Amino acid sequence: MSYPLLKKQSFKKLLCGLTAALGMSAALSASAQEPLKIGFVYLGPVGDHGWTYQHEQGRQELVEHFGDKVKTTYVENVDEGASAERVIRNLATSGNQLIFTTSFGYMNPTIKVAQQFPKVTFEHATGYKQAKNVGTYLARTYEGRYVGGYLAAKMTKSHKIGYIASFPIPEVIRDINAIQLALNKYDPQAELKVMWVNSWFDPGKEADAANALIDQGVDVLFQHTDSPAPIQTAERRGVYSIGYASDMCHFGPNSCLMSIVNDWGPFYIRTAQQVMDGTWKPEDFWGGLHDDMLKLPISDVVPADVKQGAEKIIASIRSGEFHPFTGPIKDQSGTERLKAGETITNQQLASMDWCVEGLKADMPK
Amino acid sequence: MDLDLISNILFAMVRTGTPLLLVALGELVCEKSGVLNLGQEGMMLFGAVIGFIVAFATGSLWLGVALAIVAGMVLALLFALVAVYLNANQIACGLALTIFGVGLSSFIGTAWVGKPLVGFGTLAIPLLSQIPLLGRMLFAQDLLVYLSFALFAVVGWVLLKTRTGLVLQAVGENPAAASAMGLPVRRVRLLAVLFGGAMAGLAGAYLSLAYTPMWAENMTAGRGWIALALVVFASWRVFRVLLGAYLFGLASILHLVLQGLGVSIPSNLLAMLPYVATIVVLVLLSRDAVRTRLYAPVSLGQPWQPGH
Repeated sequence: MSYPLLKKQSFKKLLCGLTAALGMSAALSASAQEPLKIGFVYLGPVGDHGWTYQHEQGRQELVEHFGDKVKTTYVENVDEGASAERVIRNLATSGNQLIFTTSFGYMNPTIKVAQQFPKVTFEHATGYKQAKNVGTYLARTYEGRYVGGYLAAKMTKSHKIGYIASFPIPEVIRDINAIQLALNKYDPQAELKVMWVNSWFDPGKEADAANALIDQGVDVLFQHTDSPAPIQTAERRGVYSIGYASDMCHFGPNSCLMSIVNDWGPFYIRTAQQVMDGTWKPEDFWGGLHDDMLKLPISDVVPADVKQGAEKIIASIRSGEFHPFTGPIKDQSGTERLKAGETITNQQLASMDWCVEGLKADMPK
Repeated sequence: MDLDLISNILFAMVRTGTPLLLVALGELVCEKSGVLNLGQEGMMLFGAVIGFIVAFATGSLWLGVALAIVAGMVLALLFALVAVYLNANQIACGLALTIFGVGLSSFIGTAWVGKPLVGFGTLAIPLLSQIPLLGRMLFAQDLLVYLSFALFAVVGWVLLKTRTGLVLQAVGENPAAASAMGLPVRRVRLLAVLFGGAMAGLAGAYLSLAYTPMWAENMTAGRGWIALALVVFASWRVFRVLLGAYLFGLASILHLVLQGLGVSIPSNLLAMLPYVATIVVLVLLSRDAVRTRLYAPVSLGQPWQPGH
């Protein structure tokens, strides 16, 4: 007789359970329905196979890691002038809670928009201005340049090293200095020739610059621009090259010594997690070999003993035992910038506008 | 400066000027017929990506070049249908074509980014390439550069010496009169636009198969626009188009070479050099305003409809 009652009760229980479950799943789906919206502002096209390409890889790693817990948007080909501010503001007004602006020239627009959107978190790559809701991040590419400088010193025959540079900003000057420091140590007679192309991405122009440098006797080529054209030109002309931003060495299978590869994924994942947890704080994050934000694949063009030497330098930088900018370091005018044994601070690195002793090229004023 | 350096500069000048020359020749023919096509950049990029994909997939560079030309013509046909036959605003259509071409090429090319390709190598002509100074510049280039020399000669000859050139000019100057004479105005314009598309496609293939053999989004980096400006500054004269294209090439190279020589001119100023030099020279050449106006196709940019 109690059977129907039991049934009724269990039915009630079931109902209760169901509602609870529904409620829970509603709560769950509420959080699932509101993924963290993240915006990215890119300098070049995602297909540049260089700087922007690597940021896009980082974004994809982020999406892969979080799945539908995040919803990302990116805007590519955003020039560093007036349109940057408009694009960043658009991303903020369309509900993005976290915005990555991935080039130096976005610094002032980022700060400006951040003031108007105090609840949105901003992360600006390679800049030096922080605010309550703006953090900065960059890769210690100079570590890779130093290792590249070592390779160049060991591989050059003409003792002329070329550097295709974009704009004279701290990031570029820092990297040029790092190579010069390595040359000072491993091949003091080498000359580093710097050629400014005034562009981050123009394959034709980068190839022209590579040709012009090679015509002047350069036999190891660095680039601080974003297309693989210099690597390809070096391969054609039979000189060595070192790739930048992404692994470009397959463009120069017989000549490319190493690529300096940025891996932004881990940082993007970490930052998004912090924003989700509400633990994010503005910081000036410098990621290098130690943080796996920088990778240095050395190719088989490099002979084993030289490769071993490079690996040793990489290991000592990674462990923190060695810092490329360790005093005594003088600048071009002979003024002492770092005392013997003194290591440079991030602040000094971030605002670097002086060239180390030994560099013959002048920075454009 | 030693001879070697000058020879290198001249060689690079031609290499750098070639894509501009090709596009500008195509646009010149197009504008001579009275059609202003601002879609050069888009057609170039589409040609570049198709040329690269075909060459990569089939291993045949020439097939890549051929299909790049076809690709440029396909976009040009779209433009002609709307701007020539439906009388839409040419400027708006041209801009739309550029935006379309940029987007379409990035979309198609995504999978081909970062793929290396062995492009056209240089082919030095024995003996001739040994001539001091000019030898390397004229006789040690790749095949597409030689092709550009030939195309320049053909376009120059057709425009200046043949009836076809006159027909083209008549259509561009006064389509109503040309039509009254029994000339098929729209068909002439269609063919001129298609030729422009073919040249832009070829220029794209030059970039992605010879100059920097690879595909990267937006790899034209504004060259289509520069070519458009060249046509205007050359005041629609074919020799001045050649002059302008190489002058631009020369100034771009000097920007780099002077730095290498340690000339202490700020590089941003040097970077302006190609633009300034080209504009100044061509403006000086065409400072006689009346004569210049004579060379501008009178009906440039104006749609034309039979019976009007």
